[in-house]
Amino acid sequence: MTLIYWDHAATTPPLEQVVDTMSEIMKMHYANPSALHRSGEAAGKLLKRAREVCAAALQVQPGEIVLTSGATESNNMAIKGAAMKYRSRGQHIITTGTEHPSVYECCKQLESLGWEVTYLPVDAEGIVDLAALAAAIRKDTVLVSIMHVNNEMGAISPLADIGRIVKERNPRTLLHVDGVQGFGKLPVELSAWQADLYSLSAHKFNGPRGMGLLYVKQGVQLFPILSGGSQESGHRAGTENVAGAVAMSKAMRLAQEGQPELHARLTEIRDILLREIRQIPGLELNSSERSAPHIVHFSCPGLKPEVMVHALEELGMLVSTKSACSSKLSEPSRVLLAMGKDAAHASSGIRISLGKEHQPEDAASLAQALRVVCGKLRPIMEREGQRE
Amino acid sequence: MTYDMLLLRFGEFTLKGKNRSRFERSVHNHIKSVLRPFPKANIIKEYGRLYVELNGESPEALAGALKKVFGLVSISPVRVCPSELDSIIKTAVEFVGQKVLTKETTFKVTARRVWKPFPHSSQEMNHLVGSPLLRAYPQLKVQVKNPEIELRIEIRQERTYLFYEVIPGVGGFPLGTNGKAMLLLSGGIDSPVAGWEAMRRGLEIQCVHFYSYPYTSQLAKEKVMELTRILSGYAGRLKLHLVPFTDVQTSFVGIGQDNLIITLMRRAMLRIATTLAEKEGALAIVTGDSLGQVASQTLASMNVIGRATDLPILRPLVTSDKNEIIRTAIDIGTYETSILPYEDCCTLFVPKSPTTNPNLHVVERVEASLEHMAARIEAAVAGTETLIIKPDTNISAGSSNDDGAVVNEDWF
Repeated sequence: MTLIYWDHAATTPPLEQVVDTMSEIMKMHYANPSALHRSGEAAGKLLKRAREVCAAALQVQPGEIVLTSGATESNNMAIKGAAMKYRSRGQHIITTGTEHPSVYECCKQLESLGWEVTYLPVDAEGIVDLAALAAAIRKDTVLVSIMHVNNEMGAISPLADIGRIVKERNPRTLLHVDGVQGFGKLPVELSAWQADLYSLSAHKFNGPRGMGLLYVKQGVQLFPILSGGSQESGHRAGTENVAGAVAMSKAMRLAQEGQPELHARLTEIRDILLREIRQIPGLELNSSERSAPHIVHFSCPGLKPEVMVHALEELGMLVSTKSACSSKLSEPSRVLLAMGKDAAHASSGIRISLGKEHQPEDAASLAQALRVVCGKLRPIMEREGQRE
Repeated sequence: MTYDMLLLRFGEFTLKGKNRSRFERSVHNHIKSVLRPFPKANIIKEYGRLYVELNGESPEALAGALKKVFGLVSISPVRVCPSELDSIIKTAVEFVGQKVLTKETTFKVTARRVWKPFPHSSQEMNHLVGSPLLRAYPQLKVQVKNPEIELRIEIRQERTYLFYEVIPGVGGFPLGTNGKAMLLLSGGIDSPVAGWEAMRRGLEIQCVHFYSYPYTSQLAKEKVMELTRILSGYAGRLKLHLVPFTDVQTSFVGIGQDNLIITLMRRAMLRIATTLAEKEGALAIVTGDSLGQVASQTLASMNVIGRATDLPILRPLVTSDKNEIIRTAIDIGTYETSILPYEDCCTLFVPKSPTTNPNLHVVERVEASLEHMAARIEAAVAGTETLIIKPDTNISAGSSNDDGAVVNEDWF
């Protein structure tokens, strides 16, 4: 049986060219880019070029790119780094109730250290309440952190409006955007959003694992979370991952160039899935045509989502419960609860996420598998539903 | 806003009678080279003026590129119409209508009748155009002093131009219209700015850089190549002379004259630059000296150092403050490269207390006592490598390394 992988929001398969680049550079340019000898210089040049390519994909300056190990690190660096650097301006942070754990838990940690955090409400589609945002910004608000695309159900934040509101209310408040799920799928316009900080993870756009970046707008300072050497302009100590950086830059360039085409293709496949799922009794969609094109999310109230995952797996379809980072837990999803879903919906979410290699036929196969599985599980779902 | 053209205005050189056509040719070539990335833009030469037809290119992007053109004093994005009263009024109404007028906005019309046979005077035109505008847009209110919108109308025989803005250019003289000079280019903030100022005054420059491998690194050399590349954006292409300076420089060490090392070194640099200038037919040496900034830039030091050459030394930054120099460096795009931390030969072997008041006789005596100095200087000139650097020269690829390019573009 061939497996079809539907978990691209968790991680994407690296492109072959990316793997080749990575392995060639690992073999040829293993020197430490901080070394003074010519091998070190060569590695340094590759790193410089990688930074330029990454910056060009975001239309920013190379000096504004800090290379990291991934978005968890980028988010920690942005939020804790800004909170600590600008403590004298105030100790208030604003975020939403639907952020990724690497943002949410950072805020929780800062709360335990004495910072005040406002968690903004979202509407039934998972979009942040702009009036609440405007009302929450104060003189001592140091940072607003809002994601571009929700990793669980694909809601797209109106970042241009958010940026305008934040800067109108308090020009000194920094805006951090967790861009992980948006890059390569949707247009990214950091200057229009007025973003000061922007996180990315390479393995979400067919790049290597263990590589990411944080865009830090010129003039913005961060307290370094990892101290040690003076790499990355002092933002992040540690020997640079040259092969990873070059491989990421390649994946990033390709993702950026292919974004409009991929968006169109994913939208087509996504729309097939939405149409099909609407017709399957027992499944209730949490995402829609207004969500990001690579995420389809539904609940199967009355059923443990693991059961659905394993039943689909037997038919060759690999899907995910909640987000991968929290899928081992069987508690209701914080994100779905924030959208106003009840516990039965919030604890039975299934996420299907699409990628480059999918074809419309794959969507038809998946829909067929869903119908088969639901047909089998339906009686149990209904019984469980009644018991609740 | 939709515009048809950019109107370009030129400065003092247009007054210089006989040389005018040479100046115009230089400026025309310079404009052509900076507009190369905008294939749809079209340069028109008409009645002694230059215009750039936009044909859909962004006026902001073009104006940004044109800020590199020396001699260009200001730029206005314009709307164009035939020089007839009806069409001027119609175009003005439509042009002002493109501005979003959400609240009361003060305005005035400033017409200029350059073509005297046009039947209405400048004064009359202000009213003839102003009244229909007031009728069409009730938010407008006339205010003669500092209005929010000033609609300027220039009536010429060939056509009439309507515009709001006058965007300043860099001014100066067209490229290379005032002779040729050698620029002493270190890796610092000042010398690239001095080079730019010299070019702005119409000098054609060639860069001279001294390196002391292995005391200075390959990266320091590449940094200077990168600075030259940035400056070449204002000149199309630049010559860079890379002078091997190690032998000359180390010969000043250990002779018991530590406090004179910088004086001796700078004099040797001037001698080498003078020889290169003779070869290249240059008539001056440009430096980034700024009075009093460091020990070698006190008046006394300048006096003793400057006597090592017969050529005039031009110091465009001599009375500038460091902050002004930094601001220009940021504007012209050299600052970020200049602050990269690679040591160049100017900071090597710097004594704890360099003299700020060298004695010419002592310096000359010390130089006379150094054996083989002339031979070392000759060898440095002979070993000089000359590169031609253009805006698209790839420097970070490590092309000057003997093992070829490090950066394989297939990887990116």
